[in-house]
Amino acid sequence: MHKAMLIDPSKCIGCRACQVACKQWNQLPAEETSFTGSYENPPAISAVTWTKIMFRECEENDRLQWFFCKQGCMHCSDAACMTVCPSGAIYHTDEGTVKVDTTRCIGCNYCAASCPFQAVSFDRRTNLPPKCTFCHDRVVNGLKPACATACPTGAISYGDRPDIIRLGYQRVDKLKSEGRNNAQIYGLDEVGGTGMVYVLTSSPELYGLPLDPHVPFTARLWGALFKPLRALVLIAIGFGLLANRSQSREMQKSLQAAREKEPPMDGEGTK
Amino acid sequence: MTNHWIDYQHSDVFLCIGLNTAENHPISMKWIQKARDSKGAKLITVDPRFTRTAAASDIYAPIRPGTNTAFVNGLINYALEKNRYHREYVVHYTNASYLVNPDFYFADGFFSGANDVAGQTVYDKSTWSYQTDSSGQVIRDETLSHPQSVFQLMKKHFSRYDLKTVSDITGCPVDKLAEVAEVFCSTGTPGKAGNVMYAMGITQFTHGAQNVRSLAILQLLLGNMGIPGGGVNAQRGQSNVQGSTDMAMLYHIIPGYNPVPHEKTHKNLAEYIARETPASSYWTNRPKFVISMLKAFWGEHAHPGNDFAFDYLPKIDKNRSHIAMYKYMGQGEVKGMICWADNPAVGGPTAGRKRHVSANLDWQVVVDIFENETATFWKAPGVDPATIATEVFLLPAALHVERDGSISNSGRWIQWRNKVVDAPGDAKPDLWIVDRLFKAVRQAYRDEPGVFPEPITQMNWDYGRDADSGKVAMEINGYNTVTGRQLANFTHLAADGSTACGNWVYSGYYADPSDPATKRRIRETEGLGNHPDWAYAWPLNRRIVYNRCSADPSGQPWNPDLPLFWWNGISWMRNDVPDFNASVDPQVSAKMPFIMVPELQARLFSSTMVEGPFPEHYEPWESPLRNIMSSVQTNPCIETWYPDDRAEIGSTEYPYVATSYRLSEHYQSGVMTRNMPWLNESMPGIFVEISPSLATKIGVQNGEKVVVTSKRGQYEAAACITRRVKPFRSGGKEIEMVGLIWHWGYAGLSTGPIANDISPSIGDANTTIPEYKAFLCNIRKGGR
Repeated sequence: MHKAMLIDPSKCIGCRACQVACKQWNQLPAEETSFTGSYENPPAISAVTWTKIMFRECEENDRLQWFFCKQGCMHCSDAACMTVCPSGAIYHTDEGTVKVDTTRCIGCNYCAASCPFQAVSFDRRTNLPPKCTFCHDRVVNGLKPACATACPTGAISYGDRPDIIRLGYQRVDKLKSEGRNNAQIYGLDEVGGTGMVYVLTSSPELYGLPLDPHVPFTARLWGALFKPLRALVLIAIGFGLLANRSQSREMQKSLQAAREKEPPMDGEGTK
Repeated sequence: MTNHWIDYQHSDVFLCIGLNTAENHPISMKWIQKARDSKGAKLITVDPRFTRTAAASDIYAPIRPGTNTAFVNGLINYALEKNRYHREYVVHYTNASYLVNPDFYFADGFFSGANDVAGQTVYDKSTWSYQTDSSGQVIRDETLSHPQSVFQLMKKHFSRYDLKTVSDITGCPVDKLAEVAEVFCSTGTPGKAGNVMYAMGITQFTHGAQNVRSLAILQLLLGNMGIPGGGVNAQRGQSNVQGSTDMAMLYHIIPGYNPVPHEKTHKNLAEYIARETPASSYWTNRPKFVISMLKAFWGEHAHPGNDFAFDYLPKIDKNRSHIAMYKYMGQGEVKGMICWADNPAVGGPTAGRKRHVSANLDWQVVVDIFENETATFWKAPGVDPATIATEVFLLPAALHVERDGSISNSGRWIQWRNKVVDAPGDAKPDLWIVDRLFKAVRQAYRDEPGVFPEPITQMNWDYGRDADSGKVAMEINGYNTVTGRQLANFTHLAADGSTACGNWVYSGYYADPSDPATKRRIRETEGLGNHPDWAYAWPLNRRIVYNRCSADPSGQPWNPDLPLFWWNGISWMRNDVPDFNASVDPQVSAKMPFIMVPELQARLFSSTMVEGPFPEHYEPWESPLRNIMSSVQTNPCIETWYPDDRAEIGSTEYPYVATSYRLSEHYQSGVMTRNMPWLNESMPGIFVEISPSLATKIGVQNGEKVVVTSKRGQYEAAACITRRVKPFRSGGKEIEMVGLIWHWGYAGLSTGPIANDISPSIGDANTTIPEYKAFLCNIRKGGR
């Protein structure tokens, strides 16, 4: 049975117990961060930060809102990372989640570059794309993922995907009955349906989620053209690895530059 | 708390005032969310800034720091003026109908009986009394219409707090005030429950105790005390701070909330008992509590012939609060200090002065899980260790998961925890340390008796070679000194020396050492969520106190859906342990629902506070404004410790209001959390929060350095410029606020300056809790 999590920012208090629980369970080291004007830290998903809470302030009609939203791998059904992976290292588990087989990964970094949610990163030291595993080790042993276990308010629910979707609809109805007319489910159909299903009360963009996430055309092209010829691709990759690496480095750099250009999320009032 | 965490699920409206529950007590949100989901409960947050709790709230009301009394008085006035109070409850369960001494009055900020003693007001409280008939009975008017009735005096007093006036004081817009008042006062309807949650944002003021009084009055008027989902709920800032308070980690009490003996007024046991035992209320049992405690302390050496060793108890001579202690340390009066799980070099007010005067100590012992700033005051930035003669000992302590023992949560649940892992290195449990320390001191007294050795040498102290926390718990619970049997609970205590009990309020939690209630973990299968077999709640495993008030005088619950007690015509049916005499007719117990006060009814008018029977708005010690309610600027009863530390009213040198608060990610002075890399990653450094308008004024960009200054010191931190902070329109002025995060210091993995270097050493008139939450500062661009 496919598993899913329901992320409900209307119940999230931004305490980041999920963020720390993820690091604790997966034994991920802390990043060196600094205070740059926002509660949000670390600044982005990275090889050692697989989930984080986004903080964003928004003021409409004199009503201030402070959004907290859990970010990380969405575990897409139509997963761009899987589509572009030339070595078949990225696959769907029996639970429907997206996992990386590190023994087959060749370190090309295409997965990280093509993720529409910027939720996959690449570790330059190991040449691997470590990311949220949906706590596969816990889930197959009958435990909830670490983040869902740590959440004190019920903002992260875990279960079978049909149950999670039902729960999501119930929550949308409840929020609408409370006057939150924009309440909506996100992740039902996006990229074929995601393992992380959200209940939102405003536009997805306010939560740091793309309005219309999709697998990039180039990724599809790449997948369609080369997947059938995987062996050849591997050889080609073998030859072109250095070139690819420098390209991916450039991609990382431009991504980083783009991020740095963005104003801090919850301190933008100065601008 | 009068109620408990799980009981929050029954509230209809939550008033979060002076606390940031989502950030500092995240688990509370589980139960608040449950109430919202199951019954559409509303969450109101009143806070100087838009917090993570405000983000989760239905209504957010801003408030200028230091104006909570005015805000709550405004709600009280709204309930009275608009008839939203629960009249039947007020008539029967409070002193609203009592007639007050005709000579009592209130005029221009002072109540009757004010005397000036060296600049500090000391009240003669003789007019703060009730009218009595020839038999000594209080005269009452249950129509509540007599002009001298408590109710009418209240109406008069609080009528001055109309919404417009309150808005002018607090800076909260009138429409927002009205919305809060309307929604919260809707719980004055029988069957509805309003929950007041508060923490240090209510108490840490020169008028903090009166802030709590105003909340209690509001809750009594609305009939919210003693009912499921109601109460005045003090959320404690640490898992076991409730236990620390119960065990008298405060200068003015001994265990079980008995007053500390004073050298002048409590010369012997008879005098102590006579002065401190009221004629009515459950406190008439005080002699049993105190004598049993003395028996626990000194065993066979405590007997009627020596006043049960009353003279062995240290006596207090004057205010010995935290602020006072450091003042006297500065004057060289304090020679040595054991600082146990406390870090005043970061957490105390005017912390820079504390580090400075610590050099006056001959010796200092610090017990903590990590080396903290208090232990290293001698190597603080800018200090030359060669100039410090103090000998410092650092004893590494075990963390709570590395030792056995109980913790008491905010809801008074005493829950036993078992050790999970061994402490690293030489770290030892607190009990191990105190046991060795005591035994060494006792040996020293035996070897060389010195002056008055008996309190030490005769101390009843035998918990085994390596002290056993179970044995300590047995002594706290109490036992019969003749049979040696454990006491079932405190109703078995005696004043003749036949019982010993370390702390009467805990009696019953460890009655059966083979299956102590504090270790039980049985979830209830039906009931209201009180879980009576999960741990033990003091007193007597009672989960909601004052619970007679949950039912009407005839014994029918105000809310039939949430029955704590109901009278079936013959006896009480119950979902909790009664806080009243359940063996008498409900009409009788209805006359005494508050068994801990002499009136046996709740006090809307009380003579116990030092500054007056009703809460009155006074500005904080440092304020940008003159008090518009009267010519009395600040609580007139406070003791001034450092007069030169005060910035003048409306100071141009320090024009902004500072308030301090905590983050989810760090804890208190940061000793535990700043040594945790994952937490440092999420909150890596100190910052201050200011509004965009203040940022523009001082020319600073988000994330840049600013210098915050006060009359007492200064420090540099990053600026967090945010719309969550807005200036207040108050007293005809626009007042900017600077929000201070204070978790940092120079010890540990993540270091930073100490924000409390700028907070004032001034305290509440009743409790001396420092005024951390409202003082004056200035701010300028830093990094130069």
